[in-house]
Amino acid sequence: MLFAIASREFRNLFLSPLAWSIMAILQVILAYLFLSQVDRYMAFQARLGGMEGAPGVTDFVVSPLLQTVGFVFLLVAPAITMRTFSDERRNRTLSLLISAPVSMSDIVLGKFLGVFLFFLTMLAMIAAMPLSLYAGTELDTGKLLAGLLGLALLLTSFAAVGVFMSTLTEQPVVAAISSFGMLLLLWIIDWSGDSHQEMSGLLAYLSLQNHLGSFMKGLFSTTDVAYYLLVSALFLILAIRRLDQQRLTG
Amino acid sequence: MDTKILIAVDELCRYYGHHLAVDAISFELAQGEVLGFLGPNGAGKSTTMQMISGNLAPSGGRIAINGIDLLDRPRLAKAEIGYLPEQPPVYPDLTVREYLAYCARLHRVGKTHRGGAISRALRRCGLHGVETRLIGNLSKGYQQRVGIAQAILHNPAVVILDEPTVGLDPNQIRDIRELIRELGQSHGIILSTHILPEVQATCTRVQIIHRGRLVFAESMQALQQRLTGKALVLETQSAVDITKLQQIAGVSAVEPLASRRARLLFDADNPAAAVAACVAAHDWGLVELALDRQSLEQVFVELTCNEDGAAQAAAA
Repeated sequence: MLFAIASREFRNLFLSPLAWSIMAILQVILAYLFLSQVDRYMAFQARLGGMEGAPGVTDFVVSPLLQTVGFVFLLVAPAITMRTFSDERRNRTLSLLISAPVSMSDIVLGKFLGVFLFFLTMLAMIAAMPLSLYAGTELDTGKLLAGLLGLALLLTSFAAVGVFMSTLTEQPVVAAISSFGMLLLLWIIDWSGDSHQEMSGLLAYLSLQNHLGSFMKGLFSTTDVAYYLLVSALFLILAIRRLDQQRLTG
Repeated sequence: MDTKILIAVDELCRYYGHHLAVDAISFELAQGEVLGFLGPNGAGKSTTMQMISGNLAPSGGRIAINGIDLLDRPRLAKAEIGYLPEQPPVYPDLTVREYLAYCARLHRVGKTHRGGAISRALRRCGLHGVETRLIGNLSKGYQQRVGIAQAILHNPAVVILDEPTVGLDPNQIRDIRELIRELGQSHGIILSTHILPEVQATCTRVQIIHRGRLVFAESMQALQQRLTGKALVLETQSAVDITKLQQIAGVSAVEPLASRRARLLFDADNPAAAVAACVAAHDWGLVELALDRQSLEQVFVELTCNEDGAAQAAAA
């Protein structure tokens, strides 16, 4: 049942022009960034060639691109997740799911999975750009894969936060703005951490962005994997609790 | 016939904050019954139906669907229910067929039966010809029918329909009533409506709910007998002598209604023949002599308005 809901959610996204336009705009902007980065690499190539331990094409082109992808998703993910539950509540279609023999966790996980699949599709389209470099050069495949994995994990937490925020309100726009606020807060939470030593460790751990760094350097650390999975699980459980509680309060 | 109890509701309560919306309602629904749920707006009909369909958690009491407790084993119990809420839960972006296919998957209709179940629901609800159109482009009546198709798709033991004929034209209403009667033979159906003739046309049992309490629950047969009251209405061309009427055997009382109209109450057999003979003998000129039928509407108004007045008087 989970997969029925997930595939419906995934295909529903393609029924609205919103998802298509987001995909198109994102692709254009990132392609522009990618090309200008490639251009700069071409200009510096001669000088880099003479240097000892100079950054390769992966560091010069791919890493900055993937870094930007993380931030750009922070801006667009709420627009994708906002409709998951608020639309169902506004159109009063949620009762179809609730009166079906499906558990609340199946409903929430199904919606989450559908949105996450859509994010992965977007990520695959973006990954096509650095992959195209293989036509002319060699890349640091490990670094590229670690970066993509880091982004995929980041997107699980974006999807979970967005789905939870969508259960809170009937207005999709309110859901989008509140999930954007929540994600941005988690993104910048460690920026103020320098003054208090004991706090900065905790704040740095809470930051969504911080954990992406090691993936971008090509490091696969279980701490970071666990962090993203914990954030996702937390918000998904909150979403399930929220729907259960709605049945009680009406 | 061995009748199976499909729904057993026991002392069901529901609070919204401090407001008691449903107050200790108990009833049962057997296979082959169509139960009409009546009540003024805000009486608790929809709340009760939402609780039976699992959309609202009750504040107290038990609900068993086909012997399965809804609160203990919700998934098993919900598999036996088809529910049409007040507003049909349809996705405007899907075609009718896509939508029903999704509902079939949600209700765990096996892959091999899915096609058959969908075409049966389409046929029963008269949706052939619109199955490839987007639901959002259909008229309200067709959307309502898609909602009904969704509720009967998986062949549930119990079908709960919250105001199923709202927004339909008279022909469609007749079709839907026919469908409900047909479904009622093999399923148990709960139906809520504001349209009283609809209840008389389709239901085998009637319940009136008022201020969260069940104030009337009778089978249609018992209701018909009750409605066919023990009274005659007599109208004549010239004034009648009431004492003469009272002497007729079988007439227990006479109430004058207007100058030439009277209401005759009786206990046992209908004394209409004797009354007619009496009128003819005195040459009063018979205009009308009829059984005084109480309509369901009168029962409804009596049960739901008098109490209002009483409550207001108590509150004042």
